[in-house]
Amino acid sequence: MADSPADRAPHDDPATDAVPPADPVAERRRAVRQAISISIATGLYGISFGALAVAAGLTVLQTQALSVLMFTGGSQFAFVGVIGAGGGGVAAAATAALLGARNALYGAVMAPRLGVHGPRRLLAAHLTIDESTAVATAQRDPDAGRAGFWWAGAGVFVLWNAFTLAGALVGNALGDPSRWGLDAAAGAAFLGLLWPRLASRSARLVAAGAIVVALALTPVTPAGVPVLAAALVAVAVGWRAPSPGGTAGAPDAPPGGPAPAAGGAS
Amino acid sequence: MTPLQTWLAVLGGAAACYLTKLVGHRVPSHWLTDPRVARISGLVTVALLAALVGVQTFTHGSALTVDARLVALGVAAVALALRAPFIVVVVLAAVVAAVLRAVT
Repeated sequence: MADSPADRAPHDDPATDAVPPADPVAERRRAVRQAISISIATGLYGISFGALAVAAGLTVLQTQALSVLMFTGGSQFAFVGVIGAGGGGVAAAATAALLGARNALYGAVMAPRLGVHGPRRLLAAHLTIDESTAVATAQRDPDAGRAGFWWAGAGVFVLWNAFTLAGALVGNALGDPSRWGLDAAAGAAFLGLLWPRLASRSARLVAAGAIVVALALTPVTPAGVPVLAAALVAVAVGWRAPSPGGTAGAPDAPPGGPAPAAGGAS
Repeated sequence: MTPLQTWLAVLGGAAACYLTKLVGHRVPSHWLTDPRVARISGLVTVALLAALVGVQTFTHGSALTVDARLVALGVAAVALALRAPFIVVVVLAAVVAAVLRAVT
């Protein structure tokens, strides 16, 4: 707020700049607008989560509990995916927790920007997801960034839960999941969450390796284990720093910390 | 699983996910913004989602199979490449699989 033009200079980009940079009110309004549109887009696919969760065998109440309490879309889809494939509760919870590991990085990025303590920090932690972090970090103005975080977090929470309930009720009414192609919809949902994360070459390498590992283990290990084991592919590839020659022109990690994929997993 | 076991998994998984978020807000940020931690975390997300695509599409119980789900996934990939919204991609895949099963 009240930045001097010199403070802003490094961020100025005439090509993408429709709003005068020195107007914090306009910046804030723009952040809130972005937050609302992302909330609607993300909330809507709560319908598919609700329907897939009951198709996997959860009750409407259990489905709703995941959206209220877990509130991180990728982990929720993974949880019901493992249950639907016959995996046990421990494997389902462990897969969900691992898939939610990136939220810790988002928390580390957001904490200094939000500067909240006590109950507000507990609430901020719950609302720390791809979308709220993406909207916040896309703002140049710190105040607009905070507004974007809270509006996107709260907006996604309300709509994601409302559409989860709608989807669960629809899924309950449909009956046999495979007759309606809901089992195929689950694969498509995971592909949709994966798609925006495949930009780098090492991500595509990990994705291919993970599919091979998971399918190779499916006949010989209990359900749920193949997906968890595939995470080791990521550790194996990610442990080694990308060699400067090998990935020139295709940086794996953008500077400035993790980059959430907006519109991807919540 | 019994209903109690399912509930324990729901609540345990939710608690683990919340604590993960809280840890991010509580620990010194340089712990988590270490390039290797950030890199592995991002790739773990990719690996788990890719493995779930594979398991949801090519397995039935503990057997590997190829069926209408593969065609549905191909259509979903085309829709994603054409930048279709998530909900459209998911519904399209369900419709393709349901129609294929109805006519074969």
